[in-house]
Amino acid sequence: MDAILLQILNGLDKGSAYALIALGLTLIFGTLGVVNFAHGALFMIGAFCAVTLQRILNLSFELVDETQKDFLGNPLKVKTPYVEAWFGPDIGGSIIDWAVPLAILFAIPIMIGVGYVMERGLIKHFYKRPHADQILVTFGLAIVLQEVVKYFYGANPIQTPAPDALNGVVNLGAAIGMDIVYPVWRVVYFFFAVLIIGGIFSFLQFTTFGMVVRAGMADRETVGLLGINIDRRFTIMFGIAAAVAGLAGVMYTPINSPNYHMGMDFLVLSFVVVVVGGMGSLPGAVLAGFLLGVLESFASMNEIKSLIPGIDQIIIYVVAIIILLTRPRGLMGRKGVMED
Amino acid sequence: MFGLDKKDTSMLIIVAILTLFAPFILNPFPTESAMAQFNAGYPDLMQRFVIFGIFAIGFNILFGLTGYLSFGHAAFLGVGSYSAVWMFKLIGMNVIPAIMLSVIVAGLFALLIGFVSLRRSGIYFSILTLAFAQMSFNLAYSVLTPITNGETGLQLTLEDPRVLGVSATADGSIPVTNLFGLEMRSTFELALGPWAFQFNAGYYLCALIMLAAFYLAIRIFRSPFGMMLRAVKSNQQRMNYTGLNTRPYTLAAFVISGMYAGLAGGLMASMDPLAGAERMQWTASGEVVLMTILGGAGTLIGPVLGAGFIKYFENIFSKINDNVLHTWFSFLPDGMEDAVVFIIHPFIGKGWHLTLGILFMLVVIFLPGGLVEGGQRIKGWLSRRKAKDSGKAAGETNPAE
Amino acid sequence: MSKFDVSRRRVLKSGAIAGAGVALPTIFTASSAAAFTNEPTGGSVTLGFNVPQTGPYADEGADELRAYELAVEHLNGGGDGGMMNTFSSKALQGNGILGKKVEYVTGDTQTKSDAARASAKSMIEKDGAVMITGGSSSGVAIAVQGLCQEAGVIFMAGLTHSNDTTGKDKKANGFRHFFNGYMSGAALAPVLKNLYGTDRIAYHLTADYTWGWTQEESIAAATEALGWQTVNKVRTPLAATDFSSYIAPVLNSGADVLVLNHYGGNMVNSLTNAVQFGLREKVVNGKNFEIVVPLYSRLMAKGAGENVKGIHGSTNWHWTLQDEGSKAFVKSFGTKYGFPPSQAAHTCYVQTMLYADAVERAGSFNPCAVVEALEGFEFDGMGNGPTLYRAEDHQCFKDVLVVRGKENPTSEFDLLEVVEVTPRAQVEYAPDHPMFAGGNLGACNPGA
Repeated sequence: MDAILLQILNGLDKGSAYALIALGLTLIFGTLGVVNFAHGALFMIGAFCAVTLQRILNLSFELVDETQKDFLGNPLKVKTPYVEAWFGPDIGGSIIDWAVPLAILFAIPIMIGVGYVMERGLIKHFYKRPHADQILVTFGLAIVLQEVVKYFYGANPIQTPAPDALNGVVNLGAAIGMDIVYPVWRVVYFFFAVLIIGGIFSFLQFTTFGMVVRAGMADRETVGLLGINIDRRFTIMFGIAAAVAGLAGVMYTPINSPNYHMGMDFLVLSFVVVVVGGMGSLPGAVLAGFLLGVLESFASMNEIKSLIPGIDQIIIYVVAIIILLTRPRGLMGRKGVMED
Repeated sequence: MFGLDKKDTSMLIIVAILTLFAPFILNPFPTESAMAQFNAGYPDLMQRFVIFGIFAIGFNILFGLTGYLSFGHAAFLGVGSYSAVWMFKLIGMNVIPAIMLSVIVAGLFALLIGFVSLRRSGIYFSILTLAFAQMSFNLAYSVLTPITNGETGLQLTLEDPRVLGVSATADGSIPVTNLFGLEMRSTFELALGPWAFQFNAGYYLCALIMLAAFYLAIRIFRSPFGMMLRAVKSNQQRMNYTGLNTRPYTLAAFVISGMYAGLAGGLMASMDPLAGAERMQWTASGEVVLMTILGGAGTLIGPVLGAGFIKYFENIFSKINDNVLHTWFSFLPDGMEDAVVFIIHPFIGKGWHLTLGILFMLVVIFLPGGLVEGGQRIKGWLSRRKAKDSGKAAGETNPAE
Repeated sequence: MSKFDVSRRRVLKSGAIAGAGVALPTIFTASSAAAFTNEPTGGSVTLGFNVPQTGPYADEGADELRAYELAVEHLNGGGDGGMMNTFSSKALQGNGILGKKVEYVTGDTQTKSDAARASAKSMIEKDGAVMITGGSSSGVAIAVQGLCQEAGVIFMAGLTHSNDTTGKDKKANGFRHFFNGYMSGAALAPVLKNLYGTDRIAYHLTADYTWGWTQEESIAAATEALGWQTVNKVRTPLAATDFSSYIAPVLNSGADVLVLNHYGGNMVNSLTNAVQFGLREKVVNGKNFEIVVPLYSRLMAKGAGENVKGIHGSTNWHWTLQDEGSKAFVKSFGTKYGFPPSQAAHTCYVQTMLYADAVERAGSFNPCAVVEALEGFEFDGMGNGPTLYRAEDHQCFKDVLVVRGKENPTSEFDLLEVVEVTPRAQVEYAPDHPMFAGGNLGACNPGA
């Protein structure tokens, strides 16, 4: 029983990442109709916002310490971060410690900016081009972004730890008399995802802006004929989608050390999630994200693996096939969106 | 000629000349010159050009004609490779049975996947094919290792039975793939002054098969069957309303293009008897999609150009290193040499991906019809110049194909 | 590869191309008289350095490439000579190999068997490389080793840890200096016994491909021989990034040791996840829960950061070693690049030196002569103590290091500390050991 509850938690946690990435992708892909192969790269850039902030906070000056030697026998250069020198080791230290949560504030403007530039500079010209051209240009862009990051940060994973206070484990089962020990940061990640998802939904549901965008998704031409500048709103939506992907990346860094190709690792999966959820449906994407996360966790349980060897390798794809064959437009897809 | 109209015949002849003289065309620089780095006329890369050309031609029969975007085509290539290597292991080293089996197995596999996937269209179809291919890849890498040899890839060993051949040659090595005794790896080297050209038996076998495959593709494009597939692309619903069931046509196109992929896989294994699981990964499927779009989807020659373009960058640019750069620019003064090398450095060697990504974007932004459009523009420009000379007005550029 | 025999020549001569060749007097066919593939005829010899330059192991590949460039510099008489001064064999003169200047070409394996073979083929067919070396995974090493055997050039493996490389997939033209899964087990077991006792229950998480399996088999056998139980061996997909769903079952399995048979990004993530789940603070069966990472690499340890502290594993070599060879190598590498070399760099540097030395001693680049010179070769001064290149399987036998993540690193490179240098005798095994059975070296192939 404990084991199953733990795997549900794991599934929800994985699902949060999938849902956040898919949410951003479905805003671009399911509604603007752009096949955005650079979406994984946005996730990756978000994660590297956290790495960058960590690096900035750790910017150091060097003092030569004659008493110690480096590996070549020369005097060792001792590094002290400026932040610690300015605020004292205590406050400075804890600012560095909280680099990842602080990176949220750092990443939001950057990601919106990246999304804005991407849409205005490139994607805008591809709304009316065939999907094939969109694939080629966004794939090219994804490679370029990825290689640029690799050039500056290398190919190895870079550790970006959570603040010490959020680094331990918490017993979630204590209240109900069970022993369910779970990492604090993963719980934080789940609630963060819920918050963002809730925020996006209420934004689209309860604001005039959101209403116009939703109308524009359903029938772009008519909304345009009403004299509303739908293009500008779509640009903003693109920025928001980029920010959602980026924030998913920022918060993901303590779970797994980011590397330059993490975007590509998530790319295929995020497309599967969006399509399984159904094209053009935001709730569908979120639902599919959590569903696939939970099923993936269950499939990696030893009991299930011993029944069907290798099931954890393919579960995502098996589920995708089953859903797409039983429900023609995924879980909650709208008719006529990218069906031809 | 061959039941083709004049334009197609001349295209086929041009392609034939280009492929048959490829060892000359691809080796334009003398061996000892600094530019020899850009020579692509060595057997392995020439084989790859035509094999991926076949793969892309086949993919284009499905995507270019019907508009169905399969994101799992690499699975058929992989299955073809595995079948061929197994033939080498069990039966013997002649490439004919191996290639035949790989085409058949890939065809059957495509029939199965196509039958299921074609129940959906658009993006839903793409994701279904992607899912099948990723399942094949993941299983081949792990639990199917007894059949596929997983990570390493399926290789020949000295212990293979090879009932119609020998397990090991007299000098204790693994026999090599051959066509009735003509070894695929045998190469005739022709030194012509400072130039060296390599004529490889395997390359010419691949080239001839590609010409046949290309001819068949032209026939399919021009046939009533091809017309029907185009009709599916332009408006499938209308076709259905007229009471016509389009599924058999699309399925036939899917299977044919799967068999092309299998043929390519079989040839790859015949040239180099190893079948790696990565051949089936989504990146490999994505690569053929990129090749087709880059060259010009729906055109006959485009996919071949796209395949050549990507393979050239993968194999030539990844091998340029700083050392090579310094040799090239050694004529510059020292400081300038270092500066030039520093600027170029990120785009070569380990940065070949970056160059490729930038080129993808440039091509799609400036040449919406792919490389084929680039060719047409050059042709149009030349003919305009010619027209100017003779005082005539320039004609419109030709439509794709 | 201009490879000719009578029947093929007849076939070709009947062809139009050969016909043209006969007709034109200025044409001659090159090197059909060569004794072996890519025999160097001019004043230089070309080596092929085939390393991952893109993909997850690109940094490791970059370090290998640095080591190769350093080795070439030393062979050609540049720099301070590095390990050439400490190497027990004094055949190398610093004037290239056999007086020929060493040149090199580089390629990208992409850590894919296919791409690695394509790259190696282009080095052999286009650039005339007489030896191929490098790589950062066993799949690639085995695939390229097979190719080199067929083409008739020497393959000096880079970083490859699977038992199969010199086990069931061994080849006459291939040589491995790096250690393997069995040696990791043999070296780790006594240390683990001292630290954690003989009454332990182990849980294995294993990357689901051939290298992972051979390491799992090796470590499980070695620890079971101590009296440990193995409660479960779970295979994880290579593509997995989040290992939480594999770590969670460990909590209630009754195990008190977790063995992570992962490498590279997999290892960084699985270790990070295991620490996140509080495994290191856990007490099971009255004992502290422990994590073991049998194959360590400094580059990967850096990715896992804090999480490696106090965790044991094994490596082939580490830059803090104090023997003369290691010190000389670290000095010349550090002076040239500004940071200490990784174990991948070390093995690649040593392999290049060993090849060059073997050619000098054999007096020929002919692969069969090189094989003969390397087989049974005993040497010292290369950082791992007295070492033997065993003739039966072309595996090097030398001391193996057991290391631990350092608690108080003094720099970003100072992440591991050497706990014990396990003597060579302890990691040796018979050539027909069951974990290495089933292979056949075959005969050396000189190509042409």
